[in-house]
Parts: sequence; structure tokens; C-alpha cells
Amino acid sequence: MRLRIAFPPSPVPLPRWMPLVLAASGLLAACATVAPGRQPATSAAALSPKAAYETTNRLTWGANLNVVAQAEAQGSAAYLSQQLHPGPAALPPAVQQQIEAMTISQRPFEDLVREMEQRNKEGTNPAATEDDRKAARQAYQQEMNRLAREAATRHLLRALYSKNQVQEQMTWFWLNHFNVHQAKANLRVMVGDYEDSAIRPHALGKFRDLLGAVAHHPAMLRYLDNAQNAAGRINENYARELMELHTLGVNAGYSQQDVQEMARVLTGNGVADGPGQPKLRPQLQADYQRRGLYEFNPNRHDYGPKRLLGQPINSHGAAELDEALDRLARHPATAHFISEKLVRYWLSDQPMPDLVERMAQTFQRSDGDIAATLRTLMTSPEFAQGAGRKFKDPVRYVVSAVRLAYDDKPILNVGPMLGWLNRMGEPLYGRATPDGYPLDAASWASPGQMATRFEIARTIGSGNAGLFKTDGPQPMERPAFPQLANALYYRAIDGTLGAPTKNALAQAASPQEWNSFLLASPEFMNR
Amino acid sequence: MQRRHLIQSLAALPLAVHAGQLLAAPAAQSRLLFVFLRGAYDAASLLVPTSSDFYYASRPDIAIRRPNAEPDAAIALDADWGLHPALRDTVYPMFQKGEASFVPFAGTDDLSRSHFESQDSIELGQPLDSRRNYRSGFLNRLAAVVNGARPMAFTDRLPLVLQGAVEVPNAALASLTKPAVDPRQASIIAAMYQGTPLAGPVNSGFALRDEVNRELSAEMLAASRGAISTKGFELEAQRIARLMQDRFNIGFVDVGGWDTHVNQGGASGYLATRLNELGRGLAAFAQEMGPAWRNTTVVVASEFGRTFRQNGNRGTDHGHGSVYWVLGGGLSQIRIAGEQLRIDASTLFQNRDYPVLNEYRAVLGGLFARQFGLSGKQLEQVFAGVTARDVGLI
Repeated sequence: MRLRIAFPPSPVPLPRWMPLVLAASGLLAACATVAPGRQPATSAAALSPKAAYETTNRLTWGANLNVVAQAEAQGSAAYLSQQLHPGPAALPPAVQQQIEAMTISQRPFEDLVREMEQRNKEGTNPAATEDDRKAARQAYQQEMNRLAREAATRHLLRALYSKNQVQEQMTWFWLNHFNVHQAKANLRVMVGDYEDSAIRPHALGKFRDLLGAVAHHPAMLRYLDNAQNAAGRINENYARELMELHTLGVNAGYSQQDVQEMARVLTGNGVADGPGQPKLRPQLQADYQRRGLYEFNPNRHDYGPKRLLGQPINSHGAAELDEALDRLARHPATAHFISEKLVRYWLSDQPMPDLVERMAQTFQRSDGDIAATLRTLMTSPEFAQGAGRKFKDPVRYVVSAVRLAYDDKPILNVGPMLGWLNRMGEPLYGRATPDGYPLDAASWASPGQMATRFEIARTIGSGNAGLFKTDGPQPMERPAFPQLANALYYRAIDGTLGAPTKNALAQAASPQEWNSFLLASPEFMNR
Repeated sequence: MQRRHLIQSLAALPLAVHAGQLLAAPAAQSRLLFVFLRGAYDAASLLVPTSSDFYYASRPDIAIRRPNAEPDAAIALDADWGLHPALRDTVYPMFQKGEASFVPFAGTDDLSRSHFESQDSIELGQPLDSRRNYRSGFLNRLAAVVNGARPMAFTDRLPLVLQGAVEVPNAALASLTKPAVDPRQASIIAAMYQGTPLAGPVNSGFALRDEVNRELSAEMLAASRGAISTKGFELEAQRIARLMQDRFNIGFVDVGGWDTHVNQGGASGYLATRLNELGRGLAAFAQEMGPAWRNTTVVVASEFGRTFRQNGNRGTDHGHGSVYWVLGGGLSQIRIAGEQLRIDASTLFQNRDYPVLNEYRAVLGGLFARQFGLSGKQLEQVFAGVTARDVGLI
């Protein structure tokens, strides 16, 4: 059924191009199916368009027509449950095909790493000519860059189109929490697998499982130098960050002695350099472990007695790390530290102590169940009152803008998005330091950042921005235009805008400009 | 090489002599540009230890020849040191005018030999034995104590060195494009933010953008009149100078491409090209600053030095001590500053690198104290736990 809809009441005159856009769009048909009036956010009943917009804008990478309709129909409780306990991550077929065609999807991780190491060696092969070595080095660097770009592309495609939006955001969150930097060593070939096998499967699961998967992944072992950590040649880098950044948090009561003991626990946990096993004394043979590129090398392990956080470590060999991770993951300080960081990501730059405490209780009661902790957060009164208050960091800004502009119509090229993230200083796998990108507004709302953001708003608002044109010698291009003055706008977004923003929109001289102003508005900077 | 000590260089030049224009200038008139060479440049190719036979024995393929009449030889700076010939028309004339000095054996005590680790460590400028605060770079702390400080990062992201309590704008000037948001759109956008907490950043963001754009317009006009157009770092440095003439007084820019493990070249080749480009940029910056150059200091630094001996690939590997450059219109007469020693196999650090005799926080602390007239307490806020060492550069 198609309805003829009058323009919503507006304090300012509409630009004259607007009726044409609406007449052509025919997107307002769904209006009649939605019950009028506001529904409480926690009701199982259908949501109002505005409530569904606000809910999905906070639970997804950014609201669009599709998810708002879904939440309207399901109600927020059902929508939240589905997001916290998602099924298989269904993607549109065109997106699924893009991902399946990637080298990182087709080649087993270990093979790919070995192949790249071999190619790296060709760059210094003394038997080759200097020209050949130079060509080999160049080809190696190009391929490494391409592999990291595949991983970043896959990440953005999932953020844009996966049905499991909370899981995707938590994947970004944990990637940032357990940050690695692609520029170090050979991490460019590792970041895709790190994200896909260590992070995403556990993003809503048990924190202990996530911590263990990270601690045994070569990307983390290499990034924080644990591959170099050996008995007698202690490297504390990972041990320190494991306690300060990954679990307990700074000032949680552990000592330098604990860091040193943790570093000793970690000795021998590293990356397998070649296919063979190291030479081991008979009594150490049984301790050797190897899973993919992860290796526990007893020759490098410090077998002396250890105490961590006031208790002895009772196991021996590789199991010491498991015991230590159990202790760290179940420590009350970890429950608080993780809960507070979740509040910083989802709700507020000033975490509310009461809320953090309730979440930490859930975390401890559920043995570190991330979905359960998030449920405490997302069904809290603090969360219900927090709509539109959290400033978007660059990655959320870019993803939410593209989601709103194109809904479920898959883009053909995320290259422009990667470029925008670079320009704003938040590229994927691009944070050099182990603390990850900051989550607060102050870090992302500097004058230079805002000016750049408006340039990007204009680029996204003005046309397809290169998102629908493939790379390569014979690029394919599909017509596309960001249709922001759509049914979602009139049914929901319009009602969330203040008078200054509506006034600005009314001054738009073209659909392109109208789009740009909406994406540049203060309301669109927050979620 | 004569063994020269810090004591010697300091004692020769009593403090009063150096209380020159810079010290007389109010803090707000003093300007500092910090140029960070990411990747660890090969300092022994820049400031060549020409009196050292050991240097020539250690680098059979990549050493810079002893000063002579040939254009590919080092340019003599004194009896012991020569300058890379790629800087003949840029930094050498500044040296002759007393506007360029070098601090050999400079660097950090951080021994990781990791680019990231050392860059972070230098940018943070915090004691090595304490827990790092990743939100507190030393230039940000400097901006916090200098009266009338107007810091700016000429980079696309705010670097660690300028992160912290003071809000610092940033914009990369290497490749500018004319803003797509036109003035009418900008004013409509800014109006949406009136009365919101973001009104300040939004307004100054547009103002900064317009300022940069105005400089760009002048450039484009000049180009259309047939002026020789510059590019690369030289162009970037000119743009920085225009903005530092009156808008900003603490600046930061970084230049990459110095990690020369393979075929770095000698008097010509890869590294020579990089040095030449850097030199042209620094000379262009000095010239573009005009009268303000008198109150300006440029520090050029890198995260660490490289191995003293060449490696098997006619390059150099990660080392330790480096050479810091200090340029400015108000420098003292000291050209090669700080503590030094004669380099041979026995004095190399771990038998491979220049040692660090001039810890960078102590040296920069001394420099900042001079330039901005900082008290001991203020210096302590910038470099906690460091005894500043004035090596007498300004």
C-alpha cells in the first residue's frame, strides 16, 4: 500500500527540491503499519519509529531503514536478545562473495604466513641479482599491504552489513582492547586471522576464552615481544600490558614483582619459526606444544617456582599460562576494569560508578560472560537515559554515515572509507601503541578533526564518493546516490533534530547539500 | 679527533654571553619547530667523523670522503667533523652564518632498538623506569608551561609528543586540497553548533582551515605567475613557516624514510637524496620565517642512531646514539655541542653504536629553559626527574 503523505510540520520552509525527491522515492509506505505514540524502551511490544531509531542507532554501527524496521517489529527486548546471542552472521550474497574471494579467506593462515616469510627471504637472497632482490622486496611489501587491506576491508563490510551488529562492534572493541599494530614485523599477514579466529568468535562469549585465544595467537605474541621472552632473557612487555591494559587495569594493586613473575610464566610461549620441532632433552619432550603457529618451547621456559598476586603458580610448563590467565580473568579488578571500559565505549566518557559496580557483579557471577555483562548495561536506567550523548569516534562516524546513506545496498569498494579513516587518524590495525585508540570525545573532537569530518560529510553526502566503483584496470561502476531524505528521516530522524539543525537543512540549495548538512549536524556526531 | 668534554664547551662560553635575542624575546615570541626523523637516520653520514680512520675502515663502501676540493667529499666543519655534501647549498650556509649546530652522541637511554618503542619513549619524554602515560607527550607539557603557547602538529594525526592536557590542533600540509566545504556551507554548519560544547572546536577548525587555505591561495597565485613551484618537504616546510610566523609558536612535523638497512649510498644515493630534501626544507623554512627566524629554533631528532659499521647489504642497522641538529636565527657560537669522545672500536657502545653521552631530555630541557625562560619547576613539569643540561646552543 502506498500512502500519500503530507510533509511533517516544520518550523522552517522546506527547500524547493524536496517534493521531487519524495515523489520519486515512494519510501513512505511503511508508515501505516506502525502504532503511533511512544513505547517504553524495554517493552516487548513494537517500538515507535523514533524509539526504534534511537535504539538501533546505539545497538548497531548506525541506524538505517532496515534495522529500524526490524526493531519496530520486534520490540527492543527481543532485538537486544537477538543481538546478544546471535546466530550465524548472515551477509548479503554480494558481500559474502567479496569476502570469499579474498586471499585471507582462501588460504590457511599458517600456509600464508610461511609463504610470506619465504618471499621475504627472497629479498635478501645472496644468490640473486640486486635487481631481483629489489623486485622481490617490492613485491613482498605490496602483497603484505594488500593482505592487511583485505582484513580491513572484511572488517568494514561486516560492520556495514552483518546482521550481528553488537558482535561486530564488540569485535572492534576487543581488537582495540587487545590492540596490535600492523606495521610491526610481519603482522600485516596476521591481523586478519587474529581478528577472525582469536577475537570475533569470543567477542560476546566468556572473557577468559577471549583472553586465552589472544594470548596464544602469534599476532599478540609478536606484537608485545613475547616471542623474544625467554628464561634468562626476560622481556616484560607482554606481561606488563597483560595486567595493566588487558585485565586488572592500572593501579589495581599488583606489583613490579608480579609483572616479573608473569613474564617468567610467559617464557617459552612464542611463535613457531619453522615447520620443525626444536631439539629437546628427553625430560622436556612431553612439555612441547604446537598449535598452528603457536609454540610452547620448553627450552625457553623458566621452570623455577613462581608466585603471582600472592599465590603460587602450581602448574608446570605451558599450563602455567592457563593458570595465570584464570587468576587474572577472575580477579575482581578485571571485572571492574572491563565493565568500566564497556561503559566508556557504549554510553559515557564518565562511567557511572553504580552501573559499573552492577556490571562487575554480573561479570563475576557469570564467570566473565560478556553478553550477560552487556545485558546489565543495555537494560539499565542509565543506558535508557543516555540516547544521543555519546560522541562517535571516526570509525563509527564513517560506518554510520555509509549505513544511513545506502542501507542494505552493498557498496563495491571500501577504499574511500579506509582513506577517510586514515585522514581522521583511526585506521584499522593502525594504532602503534598497545593501549588502543581512545574512546572519549576529547580525543576525536579537536578543531582539525571536526574540519576534516565536515569535509567527509560533504563527500559522502554529495554522491557515490567512489564507494560504487571497483578498483583495477577495468573498474565496474554502479549508479548510486545517498538518499538521506527518505522515509526513515521523516518518520524518525526528523523528530530528533533541534531547531538549529532544521534551520540549516532548510537552507540547503540541493539534495547533495541537504545530505551534507545532515551528516555534519551535531545530532549525527552522537549516538 | 680531540677528546672534548662538555665542561670545555660550557666553560668556554659563560652564560651571559648567550643570553642573546632569544632570551630577551618574550616567551610568546619564541618559536620552536621539532622535526622528527622517523626510522632512525644514519647520523654518521650527516655529521661525518672525518678525522677518524676507524670510520673509514668501518664503512668501506658508504663512507663520505675526507674534505677535499671534490664536490662529493665531506664539507669540513672543523678538524674532526664534516657535513654531508648533499647539504652544501642549504644547511652549510646556515652553519657558516652561525645558524646551525649539531649535538653528536645524543639520544635516549632506551635500549630497545625498536623504532616504535623508542619513538614512543622519546615523544613521551617520561622517565624510562616509570609507568608510561600515553596521553602526555613532552611538547604538550611544554605547551602547558609556556606562557602564550600556541602549539600545532603539522601532521594528519595528533602525534604522541603533542597529546595531553592542552588542546592542540593538527593539519597535514604536505598535500593540501582546497576545502570542499565552501564558506557559505561552513557558516551554515557552524551555526548548527552555536551554544553546543563543540562550538569552540568547530569554529576554530574552520578558522584553521581558512588560514591554511589562504596560504595555499597565495601559493597557487605565485605558481600561476610562473614562480618555480616547490614540492615535497620543501613545500611543506614553507607552509609550516607561514603558519609559524604569527599563528603558532610550538610546531611539530615528522619526516619518514630513514630506515636504511640496504644500499643507503654515500655522497650520492638514497640517503643523500633524503638529506638533500630535508636540507632544502629546513633552509626554505628559515627563509620563509623572515624576521621571526631570529626568535626561532628548529630541533631535528631521530629515535636512535645506526650501527657505526656498515652491514653486509651496504646499509646500516638499528643502533643507539644519534646526532641532533639545532638550527635557528639566534644561536650561540657553539657549533658542535655537548659531551663528545674519540670514536674507535673500544669507545663504541656495545662495540657497535655511538654511545649516548647527551641524554636528549637533559639537552632539550636546557634548550627549552633558555628559549622560553622556564623555571626549574616548569622544567620539572616537562621532563620530570631530569637535570637539564644547557649545552650552550642559544
